[in-house]
Amino acid sequence: MNAIFAVANKEFHDGLRNRWVLSICIILAVLAMGLAYFGAAAAGKVGFTSLSSTIVSLASLAVFIIPLIALMLAYDGIVGEDESGTLLLLMTYPLSRWQLLLGKMAGQGAIMAFSTVIGFGSSAIMMGLFSNTAWSELIVPYLIFILSAVLLGWIFIAIAYVISTSVSEKSKAAGIALIVWFLFVLVFDLGLLGLLVGTQGNVDETLFPFLLLLNPTDIFRLVNITYFAEQNLTGLMAIAQQTQFSLFSLFAGLLVWLLLPVTLALTLFNRRGL
Amino acid sequence: MSNSPIVELQQVEKKYQDVTAVQQLNLHLNQGEVLGLFGHNGAGKTTTIKLILGLIGASSGQVRVFGEDPTHREARHLRTKLGFLQENVSFYDQLTGLEILQYFARLKGVPRKTCPELLQQVGLSDAAKRRVKTYSKGMRQRLGLAQALLGEPKLLLLDEPTVGLDPIATQDFYGRIDMLKQHGCTVILCSHVLPGVEKYIDRALIMGHGKLLAEGSINDLRHQANLPVTFHLQGNYGALPESLAAKAHKHSNGTQLEVSLSEKMPTLQQLARLPGLENMDMHLPSLENLYTHFIDTHKGLEAAL
Repeated sequence: MNAIFAVANKEFHDGLRNRWVLSICIILAVLAMGLAYFGAAAAGKVGFTSLSSTIVSLASLAVFIIPLIALMLAYDGIVGEDESGTLLLLMTYPLSRWQLLLGKMAGQGAIMAFSTVIGFGSSAIMMGLFSNTAWSELIVPYLIFILSAVLLGWIFIAIAYVISTSVSEKSKAAGIALIVWFLFVLVFDLGLLGLLVGTQGNVDETLFPFLLLLNPTDIFRLVNITYFAEQNLTGLMAIAQQTQFSLFSLFAGLLVWLLLPVTLALTLFNRRGL
Repeated sequence: MSNSPIVELQQVEKKYQDVTAVQQLNLHLNQGEVLGLFGHNGAGKTTTIKLILGLIGASSGQVRVFGEDPTHREARHLRTKLGFLQENVSFYDQLTGLEILQYFARLKGVPRKTCPELLQQVGLSDAAKRRVKTYSKGMRQRLGLAQALLGEPKLLLLDEPTVGLDPIATQDFYGRIDMLKQHGCTVILCSHVLPGVEKYIDRALIMGHGKLLAEGSINDLRHQANLPVTFHLQGNYGALPESLAAKAHKHSNGTQLEVSLSEKMPTLQQLARLPGLENMDMHLPSLENLYTHFIDTHKGLEAAL
């Protein structure tokens, strides 16, 4: 346990030192505050819009940026140490492979969680102070949003470690990470829409929403629209809205999506040669 | 217990797919011994080190370190007694020397307060608060050494430890190895040939193509190789005794005489009696000569097959 903590602590301090924490905080805060204040600019208005539309548009932006940040943060976690020779050295220490891997994930997970809470939390505080929305209305949706965003970040950190433990070069890991991002964030949804259009909507209606559970980014979006069911939604989410997954089952889905890549990364790392 | 070997390898073989990295390797290392492991690139040195460290398992044969199989899960605690310095370690550039050492100390369960002292021992006190990015190759090497010395290891494995060190630092380094040896530390030095290392190792092991080519103290190896001892003679000493004249060659600044190792002492006595001999130098085959000899003999044998 001490070893895991030592590794995690180093990773977190690395994150502070090389400005990862600061950059993520700023990006997320600017994004969240901007959306809260200028969210209605397209409709010709400036000023705070309703809480629900703020959160829903925040979620649809976060779904792009959080996986990207998480993948960039963690893709070289193992392969980078291997390239610099420190992995070999670490393995001669009284530290087992799973401890190293979990420690690194925990450290970077803490970076992600800390920055998300600060970044998005600051927009919640701004809304609470300056808009007409009451604090009591604000807290629960923001908590759900931030919690699901942190989970989304962790999932993609774990996915980054699956990549990092299975390749032998850093550049290759970066390339694969980009493709993974593209697949989960863009291609998957386009594919589902294509399926709908191609079959002229003739897809089993009970089955279709479950297809969305195959993608953690879609679960994240479902979490945040489920809370605001009255919103006018377009695209895939409109379909999913009809079958209501409970908030609890969606969070359970995210947790499964977290455990899968963590387990896979551990297995792959144990098999990795030195 | 104290008589049991620290490292024992029996008929060890390691194969990577169709490449045999190490074959039929036997090694027996007692406490307090300093072993030199020599060989060219790809001779199997690094594989041997990894086998001893338990980073890889042997394809066949038996590896025992402190009497246990180092690849075993239960053997992990042994690693606190182990120090390792690898070739070309580059560490974490953005951290300072002290921070890196403290990180490794924590992983090894060594009190952090020993770190500044260790840095001082390797001569890095002034650079302790600087980022490793700004370190020279020699400084990185010394930081690596400090890392290997964390927690007073009982077994030290050093891969190319003196690469990038200046002559004074190299002397310093050997001095430290000697001191560790006095404290009962067992050391394996792994290298291409190091000039001047002879004095500090008890035994040498020369490897080539994954095989053990020769093993023993420098003296043993000299006898095994049977390379001639060379004398350089200068002065007006007239004619050499008949038995030696046949083995002598004259050249511009004196005479060179080559005799076999067993004839060394009689020859010395004979030469000492020569009147008018102004100077005499004696060269025993160096580790480098021995190394070249064993590698060449091996190549010759392979060619003959």
